[in-house]
Amino acid sequence: MEIIQTDIAIVGAGGAGLRAAIALAEMDPKLRIALVSKVYPMRSHTCAAEGGAAGVIKSDDSLDLHFNDTVGGGDWLSDQDAVEYFINEAPKELIQLEHWGCPWSREPNGSVAVRPFGGMKIKRTWFAADKSGFHILHTLFQTSLKYPSIQRFDEFFATDLLVDDGRCQGFTALEIRTGQMKQFQAKAVIIAAGGAGRMFPFTTNGAIKTGDGMALAYRAGAPLKDMEFVQYHPTGLPNNGILLTEGCRGEGGILLNKDGRRYLQDYGMGPETPVGQPVLKTMELGPRDRLSQSFWHEQQKGNTVSTRWGDCVLLDMRHLGEKKINERLPLVRDLCISYLGMDPVKEPIPIRPVVHYMMGGIHTDINAATPLPGLFAAGECACVSINGANRLGSNSLTELLVFGRKAAMSALAYMQSGLSTAKDAALAAQAKDSESRIQALFDQPAGQETINGLRQEMMHTMEQGAGIYRTGEGLAATCDKIAELRQRYVGISINDKSRVYNTDLMQALELGSLLDCAEAVAVGARDRKESRGAHQRLDFTARDDQNLLKHSLAYYHPKEPPRIDYLDVVITKSQPGVRDYSGAKK
Amino acid sequence: MSERQIELEVLRYDPEKDSAPRFQTYSVPCLNEWVVLDALNYVKENLDTTLSYRWSCHMAVCGSCGMMINGEPKLACKAFIHEYSDKIRVEPLAHFPIERDLVTVIEDFIGKLSSVKPYLIPKDDKPISAGEFKQTPAELIKFKQYTLCINCMLCYAACPQYGLVPEFVGPAAIALAHRYNQDSRDGGRDARQEVVASNEGVWECSFVGACSEVCPKHVDPAGALQQVKVASTIDWYKEHLMPWVKK
Amino acid sequence: MSCKPYIRETSKTTWYLEHPRYKRYMAREVTCIFILIFTFELVCALGAVANGPEAYAAFLAKLHSPLSILFNLVALVVTVYHSVTWFNVTPQAMPVQIGEEFVPGQYIVGAHYGVWAVVSLVVLILGVW
Repeated sequence: MEIIQTDIAIVGAGGAGLRAAIALAEMDPKLRIALVSKVYPMRSHTCAAEGGAAGVIKSDDSLDLHFNDTVGGGDWLSDQDAVEYFINEAPKELIQLEHWGCPWSREPNGSVAVRPFGGMKIKRTWFAADKSGFHILHTLFQTSLKYPSIQRFDEFFATDLLVDDGRCQGFTALEIRTGQMKQFQAKAVIIAAGGAGRMFPFTTNGAIKTGDGMALAYRAGAPLKDMEFVQYHPTGLPNNGILLTEGCRGEGGILLNKDGRRYLQDYGMGPETPVGQPVLKTMELGPRDRLSQSFWHEQQKGNTVSTRWGDCVLLDMRHLGEKKINERLPLVRDLCISYLGMDPVKEPIPIRPVVHYMMGGIHTDINAATPLPGLFAAGECACVSINGANRLGSNSLTELLVFGRKAAMSALAYMQSGLSTAKDAALAAQAKDSESRIQALFDQPAGQETINGLRQEMMHTMEQGAGIYRTGEGLAATCDKIAELRQRYVGISINDKSRVYNTDLMQALELGSLLDCAEAVAVGARDRKESRGAHQRLDFTARDDQNLLKHSLAYYHPKEPPRIDYLDVVITKSQPGVRDYSGAKK
Repeated sequence: MSERQIELEVLRYDPEKDSAPRFQTYSVPCLNEWVVLDALNYVKENLDTTLSYRWSCHMAVCGSCGMMINGEPKLACKAFIHEYSDKIRVEPLAHFPIERDLVTVIEDFIGKLSSVKPYLIPKDDKPISAGEFKQTPAELIKFKQYTLCINCMLCYAACPQYGLVPEFVGPAAIALAHRYNQDSRDGGRDARQEVVASNEGVWECSFVGACSEVCPKHVDPAGALQQVKVASTIDWYKEHLMPWVKK
Repeated sequence: MSCKPYIRETSKTTWYLEHPRYKRYMAREVTCIFILIFTFELVCALGAVANGPEAYAAFLAKLHSPLSILFNLVALVVTVYHSVTWFNVTPQAMPVQIGEEFVPGQYIVGAHYGVWAVVSLVVLILGVW
């Protein structure tokens, strides 16, 4: 097996991975950096983010306000020391991106423009029309081309971490185009491989978001944290889950039920604000969890609109006018016309909540370090946690940058801390084991189970049991089902016996990642007997700060469900309080 | 919901078995609102798991699923079934070597993209602490369109020149160089000209205009290339007719 | 290594038949041949003028042949086609930005037609005069 010697290897080349790679290349041009991704960098799902990135830049804003919005938005499950670091670094990172050429939208005087987003007390979201993630990703990718020390390995699928001497020293990866395994040897590894939304049937997430990075760390012993917190974005297109950015509401779009009522006023986010004059932290600018939950209640009451894609509510943007929609929300208009055949300039758009983001992920500390020495993580696959129980819209793009860079700094410091000499034979033996595992999967005789069959069952049970509202009973059933699917996965069939670009094999590996992550979500949710942020239990409707102001940690077991442990939340200056989104009252 | 039976003719190529590509036909029950990518996913999930193709976002922004659909370069996620007859032919992007089925080898494109120095080379450097560079909406509009390229390579598949002269740097890469040249914050045009204004650069373009016709993001690379030609021509005249005038 | 990328060659001789847009492109390019010949004719005309009235009369006599008339008619048609197709793409090559808006393409095309008309008129007036 070919061994690729590097200093620091990064798994994932989206926003966080690219930011980390650039930071490393800038800090020490002599470093050998391997940037390994299962897709070409510009295909990474960062490109689908629309609305923008939060960072304090305007004189009427303050770091304290950003702190409070983030911590309150996260229902006090965020680690406040991490939030503090994050909000301090956020503006610097966004300016850095501006210096690298990111085409941020501008004020007439040439300064960067900001737009309102849900759950924010003040306008704070930097945006590049409604293609912010796309521009961030391409700016980072193009900037990364400046640095010869960043060696890219595009379309390499990381399969197993190599852990020896109690520390992570690399990983094995499948070169997709040849089907050959490679051993990446590194002094430190950064995982930045994105979320796992594909465990649900209805998601904004692209096909590649299958939790591979999370599973990679999880299987190597690093715990997954707060996995039960899954964010539903309130406004997805009903037929295929395509995201309509929160910017739609930030710019003044309103949500209506079948009677034309702005129903959010009935769920503690009113009173109603004038149409076209959005008030921050009120009505349509409430947080994502509350908006998605309101939809569920409207559906129970029979107030939703029946469409051929299921129950919906309406997002009305007509009053914004064609000019503003074209200037601020061109992609949204294009997506509605293309995929739904409806023009938001002319008619209200049916929408429903859609799985969007995993607040949970690989447990890291404020330095982006996991409990496994030598292993760091950043971006959606990591859980620092700044997002707590519900992520504030537009914090995640900034998080990629802030913690992508932080992971790079920590990994470099770790590498320079005087590591013992790598035992090549031990690592090679592990790599060989990994190769054998993949080979066995590849060679497996056709069995009863199909990839698609198991995937459909997984998605179905996740939606049934671990959706917007959950019950102990439903979650227990989902846990059982996932455990069963993990067992049946052993008998999966790989029909494709070609080495070259074998997507059958890749999908089997991805399904394995998803099942591992899904089980952590389901078991974490079953054991969290309270309602907090995006985790809402019908059988435990109150938040329980007494017992559960804690992060959950799921530890992998190859055959059993994960062991769940708990860790105290770091509280520095904001004690848990009431989340108030009725700003218009004051 | 109306359903149609579509004959999907897909070009298959397995380098371990086939000496040349061949067509394989699948009969797919399609909803009228589907895109061709949905039909391919139906095949992959229900009929033939060995079919290989790239895709991810399903919303025309990741640029993965470019392919020839009835001979035209298209994103499979933005090629609507209702716009086609009951027989749809799907092939890998033209002008790129076929790795496997609908997957092409795109290293050539990636190399060309890197060769034009597609990053900001600041006119005036300043530290982060000094804040952002000012850029008015008018200055932004000047290059904004050329930032919208998703690297889907449909333009390379449409460009006959790239098919004939594979050394041609090509539409997307030169348009991206133009994007930075036009940026009020950038001072790197001279550094990019070496590749952009070379024989294999913009002068290989004969303005067929196919690139702009197929661009799913309306970037208009053909326009960018002509603008680069005009600017490079002016450079040449300045240099040779008025050598005393500094560029 | 099991990779064996399959390369499809573009035909050097028939590629332009593969798509209607390539044919349209070739049609535009072919007009150059006629424009080249017509330019040659103009150069001959200038030469004849320089060589005195007899030479010019002889040149004009040659122009009166049916073949020559046919050629000049065809050249006129293809030159118009050439000009129109070029004018139509000028907004791409020479965009004009005023403030935060680009001048709509039809104005730029229109301006070219305007200049064309004015130049033609001037030539006509000079000729008559």
